[in-house]
Amino acid sequence: MPFSSLSEIKTRLDAGQTTAVDVAKLYLDRIQAFNENLNAFVHIDPEHVLAQAQASDLYRAKHTPRPLEGLPIAIKDIFCTQDGPTRCCSKILDGFEAPYDAHVITLLKEAGAVLVGKTNMDEFAMGSSNETSAFGSVQNPWNTDCIPGGSSGGSAAAVAAALTPAALGTDTGGSIRQPASLTGLVGLKPTYGRVSRRGIIAFASSLDQAGPMTRTVKDTAMITSVLSSHDSGDSTSVVDAPDFNWLKACENRDMKGLRIGKPKEYFIDGMHDEVRARIEESLKICTSLGAEIVDISLPHTEYAVAAYYVIASSEASTNLSRYDAVRFGHRCENPEDLEDMYARSRDEGFGAEVKRRILTGAFALSSGYYDAYYLKAQQVRTLISQDFKTAFEKVDIIATPTSPIPAFKSGEKTDDPLTMYLSDIFTIAANLAGLPGLSQPCGFADNLPVGLQWIAPAWQEDKILSAASAYEEATDWHTKSPAGFGGNL
Amino acid sequence: MDINVNKIANLSRIRLTQSEADELAPQLSSIMGYIDKLSEVNTGGVPPTAHPHDVPMPQRADIVTNIDRRDALQESAPRTESGLYVVPKVIE
Repeated sequence: MPFSSLSEIKTRLDAGQTTAVDVAKLYLDRIQAFNENLNAFVHIDPEHVLAQAQASDLYRAKHTPRPLEGLPIAIKDIFCTQDGPTRCCSKILDGFEAPYDAHVITLLKEAGAVLVGKTNMDEFAMGSSNETSAFGSVQNPWNTDCIPGGSSGGSAAAVAAALTPAALGTDTGGSIRQPASLTGLVGLKPTYGRVSRRGIIAFASSLDQAGPMTRTVKDTAMITSVLSSHDSGDSTSVVDAPDFNWLKACENRDMKGLRIGKPKEYFIDGMHDEVRARIEESLKICTSLGAEIVDISLPHTEYAVAAYYVIASSEASTNLSRYDAVRFGHRCENPEDLEDMYARSRDEGFGAEVKRRILTGAFALSSGYYDAYYLKAQQVRTLISQDFKTAFEKVDIIATPTSPIPAFKSGEKTDDPLTMYLSDIFTIAANLAGLPGLSQPCGFADNLPVGLQWIAPAWQEDKILSAASAYEEATDWHTKSPAGFGGNL
Repeated sequence: MDINVNKIANLSRIRLTQSEADELAPQLSSIMGYIDKLSEVNTGGVPPTAHPHDVPMPQRADIVTNIDRRDALQESAPRTESGLYVVPKVIE
């Protein structure tokens, strides 16, 4: 049961074979047993979880169950949730309790989900290894000496170790897909503008999107279908976004005639040999299912990381100016004056990586440098988007590795920020272009999970779900679970 | 690249300790050095991205829709008095 998919649990709930309370208890027990080891959750309120489960069982007794009735979902600490802390894993939000729920939290509650707690993450989602969290690093359930990826590392570890069957993450440069890849999960970053950002603590507003991390493609579809809707409270939430039946898209598993683009820039020197081998094997499986592999080029790929770090850091330096020690958050002791209060509170509250990004962004936006950095990066971003548009004239979907390497050892890259930034090399372009991207498990390298990434044109998540479902049906990587936590491998 | 870390920190309203500034200077130089890669790209005549998709910004009627939640919103403030935020004295 613990390693069941969300849809398997739903089937049992619908058949009356279990209750939301029993399901919640099972996962609360596992959190109790394993969280100290993994540090995946930074806040758990068992009574609140059980109260939600009881309410769901009562609802089910009287009504037709809602789409996520009684299903546990863990929430990254970046989402504002009432009834408990929301800290974005930063000291600067110590003591903060959100006065409202993020829009997507409201949608999950209305769909009957049971929210099981707040998961660990890199501070303000800035990181690729979950080592910048103010609450300490997270261990990868497949090898606890390794990082789980980031920034949604707590959500990834929690699902991989079956402390919850699903979790919500956010993805600014790969923060859902990269940790999903490194922990053997399915993770989807929807098209920019599909999911409301209201109440999600902002990092880089033109890139941030929320999405699910689950065991199966269908589970990802179940959750995203609930999250996908226009929100008038988010000016970038797109009105009349093209929609489709998300579960039906997963049933359409026919790859015959599907043109899969294989971009040469995503098979580079320096990537792990076994990762390359797993992706090549995966593409062979797709060929055997009737797909055609088409060699393509996305020529500006090598500039994506540089453009991303200008844009994301610039937006972050602006967004994080709200932490002024006036309206919320940490305030230093005995400030001499207003300037001293701002400057000391921010020095005390922000961690090293967050300061690095704020300073990088402030520099890129500063007088005399704006054209060379911010404007230039936004022009390069246009070229990266055009690369994809040109490629999608020839292919239906693009397949790449999600990460060039499997999970690395904790502490291995913390001394060199630039090396850490390069671990997002394959996920960043989809954020810059606003495209949907999904990672799914496709084997192992050094006994650690490897992820296959699918990228589709904007609003065409259905193509991704169909291809990923076909691949999932033909393989059994999604059924593997870490033995150290009661799994099968 | 030579970056005046203290100037940027001041613009960012972050008071770095000297050891923090000393550590950050070479890191920022290395990051900006990598970012300088962008100068290789010919972007002549390329419009900058303003929104990932070519869609109009949604509009809504200009009417007040939010309710007064002052007390709830001020609950997390470090210091308030009579519904006002209290900060160190600004004017002598």
